[in-house]
Amino acid sequence: MTKFAIGQTVHRLEDPTLLQGKGCYTDDLRPQGAAHAFVLRSPHAHVLIRGIDTTAARKAPGVIAVLTGADAKADDLGTMPCIVPVKNHDGTPRGETPRPVLALDRARHVGDPVALVVAETYHAARDAAELIEVDYEPLPAVADVYGAAQPGAPLVWPEIKQNIVADLHLGSKEAADAAFARAAHISKIELVQNRLVANPMEPRAAFAEYDPETDRSTLHTSSQSVALLRAHIGDIVLKIGDKLRVRSGNVGGAFGMKAMMHPEQPMIVWASRRLKRAVRWTGDRSEGFLTDVQGRDHKVFAELALDKDGKFLAVRATVYAGMGAYLSQFAPMIPQSVHSMMPSVYAFEAAHLHLIETVTNTVPVDAYRGAGRPEGIYVTERLIDIAARELKIAPDELRRRNFIKPSQFPYTTAAGLVYDSGDFEGLQAKALKEADWAGFPARKAASEARGKLRGIGLTMYVERCGGAAPPDSVALKVNKDRVLVLPGTVDNGQGHMTVLKQMVSEYLGVDMEKIDVSQGDSDANPFGLTGGSRFAVVTGTAAGIAAKEVVDKGMEQAAKMLEAAAADIEYGDGDYKVKGTDRKATLFDVASAAGGIEALHIKNTGALTFPNGCHIVEVEIDPQTGVTRLDRYTIVDDFGRALNPMLLLGQVHGGTVQGIGQALLEHAVYDNESAQLLTGSFMDYAMPRADDVPSFHTTFHHTPCTTNPLGVKGAGEAGSVGAPPAIINAIVDVLHAKKGIKHIDMPATREKVWRALNG
Amino acid sequence: MSVKVSMNVNGEAVSAEVPERTLLVSFLRETLNMTGTHVGCDTAQCGACTIHLNGRAIKSCNILAMQAEGGNVTTIEGLAKADGTLHPMQEAFRQNHGLQCGFCTPGMVMSAVDLVKNTPNPTEEQIRELMDGNICRCTGYHNIVKAIAAGATSMAANP
Repeated sequence: MTKFAIGQTVHRLEDPTLLQGKGCYTDDLRPQGAAHAFVLRSPHAHVLIRGIDTTAARKAPGVIAVLTGADAKADDLGTMPCIVPVKNHDGTPRGETPRPVLALDRARHVGDPVALVVAETYHAARDAAELIEVDYEPLPAVADVYGAAQPGAPLVWPEIKQNIVADLHLGSKEAADAAFARAAHISKIELVQNRLVANPMEPRAAFAEYDPETDRSTLHTSSQSVALLRAHIGDIVLKIGDKLRVRSGNVGGAFGMKAMMHPEQPMIVWASRRLKRAVRWTGDRSEGFLTDVQGRDHKVFAELALDKDGKFLAVRATVYAGMGAYLSQFAPMIPQSVHSMMPSVYAFEAAHLHLIETVTNTVPVDAYRGAGRPEGIYVTERLIDIAARELKIAPDELRRRNFIKPSQFPYTTAAGLVYDSGDFEGLQAKALKEADWAGFPARKAASEARGKLRGIGLTMYVERCGGAAPPDSVALKVNKDRVLVLPGTVDNGQGHMTVLKQMVSEYLGVDMEKIDVSQGDSDANPFGLTGGSRFAVVTGTAAGIAAKEVVDKGMEQAAKMLEAAAADIEYGDGDYKVKGTDRKATLFDVASAAGGIEALHIKNTGALTFPNGCHIVEVEIDPQTGVTRLDRYTIVDDFGRALNPMLLLGQVHGGTVQGIGQALLEHAVYDNESAQLLTGSFMDYAMPRADDVPSFHTTFHHTPCTTNPLGVKGAGEAGSVGAPPAIINAIVDVLHAKKGIKHIDMPATREKVWRALNG
Repeated sequence: MSVKVSMNVNGEAVSAEVPERTLLVSFLRETLNMTGTHVGCDTAQCGACTIHLNGRAIKSCNILAMQAEGGNVTTIEGLAKADGTLHPMQEAFRQNHGLQCGFCTPGMVMSAVDLVKNTPNPTEEQIRELMDGNICRCTGYHNIVKAIAAGATSMAANP
């Protein structure tokens, strides 16, 4: 075993560079002679564009070009694709929302791109944009996901009736109805899944270079997948195929949002090709709020059916899911996960979802950390607490009665997923102990003695990670003294380089110091996507298969060198050895003699993993101010196996704080008349800050995953799934005791909590 | 209108002709090509652009370059020793996994160094309160808080 093998805490190799400000994010590239681009955006949520007069802007100092939707149309640019087909329950296909890279005759949300100005300097481009005269004719707009689907609502797309772009049923309605018909008790909830802004700290950026010799463009952009961007921009929008190379350097956070193509990426490449010149664009935070794909935005009506013993029978929900003005890349798929996650860790007979996806005059919605999993788990875990209260059963006891048991794996859930492993009852028991659940009444009394109100909240969660599509690639190249690893994924801060080196070090028995990792180049890494907590499972497995292939490929050469039959040679600790002798040759010697060994693995296992866990949190509320302080935050997770415990916990902390943000602080609020975003900066949109959140007590309760050779389960999104229900359950614990309140919607801001207590 | 701006950055005298509206952060990034200082917002909220001006932590997006005329600026690039040895606060961030994507990190570290200078033995509560001008979206702050506490100890030991 090598020094830094799988399972050990290895400090990140990425850090010395980043800590000295020597990272290279997209806007840090300083190309000689690049022009600067600025995007003029619609200030209205819904308008007809009668005309665009760019005469004055074109004559402004330093301006190189002003491009509009008409230019894009003349150049035959394709529209931005949504790659998810959906069949409505009546058999018809979902609605289409063809989105040009620059608006043509209509803009459908505030921030929709209207014109692109390219100039010698950023200020020249920005100043010239103010000289563009756009003849706008405002139209009625709609922002509310539920209101949009009501008769008489303004239409975002005249072609899409009642703004319903997709209407489908998931799971058996009949089975759920039958279970509800014989239920002894039914608990109900109506809730809002608040719309969120991903807000990675690095804003989106794109910089395109053009090489006239080869007629090729290179797009440098902050992303989660150079492969998908290459395909979508190169093949679909610009129709230049492999004449596009996409590269990502350091990525300053992404959280799902940067997996999506945004209009500026093809726009900048297009402008660069027209001008035969490098063009750079970096969005500012205000643009990010108006254009980065957002998350969540559901209105939910849900019910839980139980028998007389508190046994869960079925869960069903009607969910209105906001898609924004245009269907983003994966958008219609994301809320479908509400169905697959609704059974959570419990044995249900049936789970049914009626999903109504609506378009509104708002920024498109797509995957944001969790991507459907938090939305689904929240529904069920809130319903369970409500049922527990109504039935006067302790919340931990009601959950215990319904857990899927270890002996039942593999277990097919009511939503059709096959869970491979887990120990939910054991995990909950561990969490209750770690959180000192039994000691809560004493702490509550102590808080009350100080005039504060204390509540406790518990949630279980499970999520789904890994899976078949799209394929990920890992290439390994061994030469005389180094191993080069080329993953298809793109690191966004997780520490992929360190963990990949740990894994390949173990697979090949080679020291980490001799391993290099190169990522983020569509020419070198043709397949792969960072997203859905897939790296450890999918890339880790692929790297293992590629490593085995490297060893196998070197065997013939090793046999020649060691003058032995291949069957008599075994590989271990970086050496080919003749069994029972001391004759050996190192991998590097063999690779050198063979002129290098290469292997490329581009399929993946297709198997899902189901990380799960329990969050327990206590809140202390000041009834005078509504301030809700989180206290004693306990997390127990089952990730199968830790590859690098320190980095793994980093994912838990970060995900949990994004969940805390959703529960207490964050909300993308639109005015429903004008559909203007009211929370368009960090001054209005409350990001969690250091003094909003606690430190965490974390531990693991791993049960090895049986569907991949590493035994790992994804971990990137777990915290964002667990935190919202745990926190709201804790707050409602207080609100119900004091006011008989059954539910409070997220974000449970100080004002909302104060009003609930003092209303 | 252009204006000549001169200042001392990480111990070196620099001087350049820039438009009057140039922000200090743009002067560092665009004029001097020092890209370690980052821009994460446009409302002086996120703190990614934090640097030291005349020994005090400031948000360099919230001040014009010409306001720093004649000043002493330290950026993240000027924190480690010339031989590459990390500053104790940088080392503490590394040891405690106090960074993930690294984008907020230069500002975090510059703020943290200033925090410890003014509050040598900070409690967890003080660290959380005093760091509220720096936003991180990746780490959940848990390890940043640990790193700053460790950095404070090590700065005291290596003044």
